[in-house]
Amino acid sequence: MSPHAGIPSLKPLASNRFDERKHVLDLDDFTPGEIQLVLDNALAMQEVMGRSVRKVPALRGKTIVTLFHEPSTRTRASFEQAGKILSADVINISDSASSAKKGESLYNTALSIQAMQADIIVVRHPHSGSTNFLARHLNSSIINAGDGYHAHPSQALLDLYTIQSHFGDIKNRKVVIVGDILYSRVARSNLWGLTKMGARVTLCAPPTLMPPDFINGFSKDHPFKSVSVTHNLSEAIKDADVVMALRLQAERQSKGRLPSLREYSRLYGINREILSLANKKVIVMHPGPMNENVEINTEIAHGPHSVIQEQVKNGVAVRMALLYAVAAANRGGK
Amino acid sequence: MHNKNERLILNSDELRRAITRIAHEILERNKGAKDLVLVGLHTRGVPLAQRIAKTINSIEGTNLPIGKLDISLYRDDFIGRAKPIIKSTELPVPIEDQVVILVDDVLYTGRSIRAAMDALTDFGRAKSIQLAVLVDRGHREVPIRPDYIGKNIPTSRNEAVSVRLEEVDCLEGVTLAPNPGLIINERSDGKRGLED
Repeated sequence: MSPHAGIPSLKPLASNRFDERKHVLDLDDFTPGEIQLVLDNALAMQEVMGRSVRKVPALRGKTIVTLFHEPSTRTRASFEQAGKILSADVINISDSASSAKKGESLYNTALSIQAMQADIIVVRHPHSGSTNFLARHLNSSIINAGDGYHAHPSQALLDLYTIQSHFGDIKNRKVVIVGDILYSRVARSNLWGLTKMGARVTLCAPPTLMPPDFINGFSKDHPFKSVSVTHNLSEAIKDADVVMALRLQAERQSKGRLPSLREYSRLYGINREILSLANKKVIVMHPGPMNENVEINTEIAHGPHSVIQEQVKNGVAVRMALLYAVAAANRGGK
Repeated sequence: MHNKNERLILNSDELRRAITRIAHEILERNKGAKDLVLVGLHTRGVPLAQRIAKTINSIEGTNLPIGKLDISLYRDDFIGRAKPIIKSTELPVPIEDQVVILVDDVLYTGRSIRAAMDALTDFGRAKSIQLAVLVDRGHREVPIRPDYIGKNIPTSRNEAVSVRLEEVDCLEGVTLAPNPGLIINERSDGKRGLED
């Protein structure tokens, strides 16, 4: 994606301070304190969601546009509900119904949305880096709702929130991320979030689905230096507190990297047998949508260790906290 | 206290007596403690509500429900004054047909109380809402008046009222100091002075 000619000079991206949080593009520029603040505020938002009147006026008069260039059920609905509980006006634009169908570029679409005075634009796009590109060139706040296989920060935050709500803390918890890591933006954002919060992370995938620069582990000066990497699931899952199964991203050609789905499921699918090697109180997470009986067995997905529905519920509270943070940072900005 | 320009308005004994008086006034006005719910506004309204409830309980032998309210999501000046941390809102009982006593430390513009009433309304229709404050410093910007006042302190807008409570600040007392936003620092030349 090349910058257009005549675009105004680059704007600084998000800074480290909560009250200057203009964009949410990934968790790499969050401090542990800022992540904790979002998690704490999500707890307060959860309380609002439990009321009989689920509405507070915090973002009254603010406009949030969700611009989705990829299919989504959970994330889009979750941002929409979060915005509406906070009293913002939410406009949804999806690929099939937008001018993108007529060949309009992402930049021009986003410019028009900004011209309609959107305060926050929530963007999902198949190209990695597209949300960073928009953040550099627009005045509105940009929240990344998933860009290619780069990042999905709100998913990572809701995963952190779910872990914290189960164990009371994140530090030193053993988290195993299993599956299609190569094409997973969820795994990448979770790597940032989990390592910043002090979790012990193990990545487990067949070598063909592990990013080439991850396969040999991380060097001592790498931000992910504490992360271990393996292709052996029964070894990885030992004593795990959290097992995070990833969706096999069939639309991103991951199928072509495997001999067969059956073999993948046999070696890397989460089933009762493999789960018995984990900590007794293990929780099983999945960002959705699931390929049941591929990366996770139906029995596990809907079993007692599964927190998958909780993740969806927590997603709304976490996204409320994110929208609140970004709106608070925008005060007097324009 | 922290600096020379800070004047002590209420010491810990006076503070205690003010709270005891407010408790008595609440009982007198409401003819007892029936249907009372005390709700403290974060931060210092919460321990104040607990102290008032404790005093009432010791007089009446009751066990009053105490709630907490965070008004961050209800402020009309959200854009200018949003606080990053939202604290917990807990109402232990339904407020429907109860007499809710809102408790805050300092009443100033009245805008937080307006926000607090909006927040309360979302939880139900109280029989009545009354307001208890430790300090009324004047300068109202909305038509709100307190029902119970610990102490009236005439101030100018350039002054800062600080309430310190054991539970939050490890100190007790109410002070008045000139010019909020200006902090008294040791200047580099060794003299004391006002700096931004």
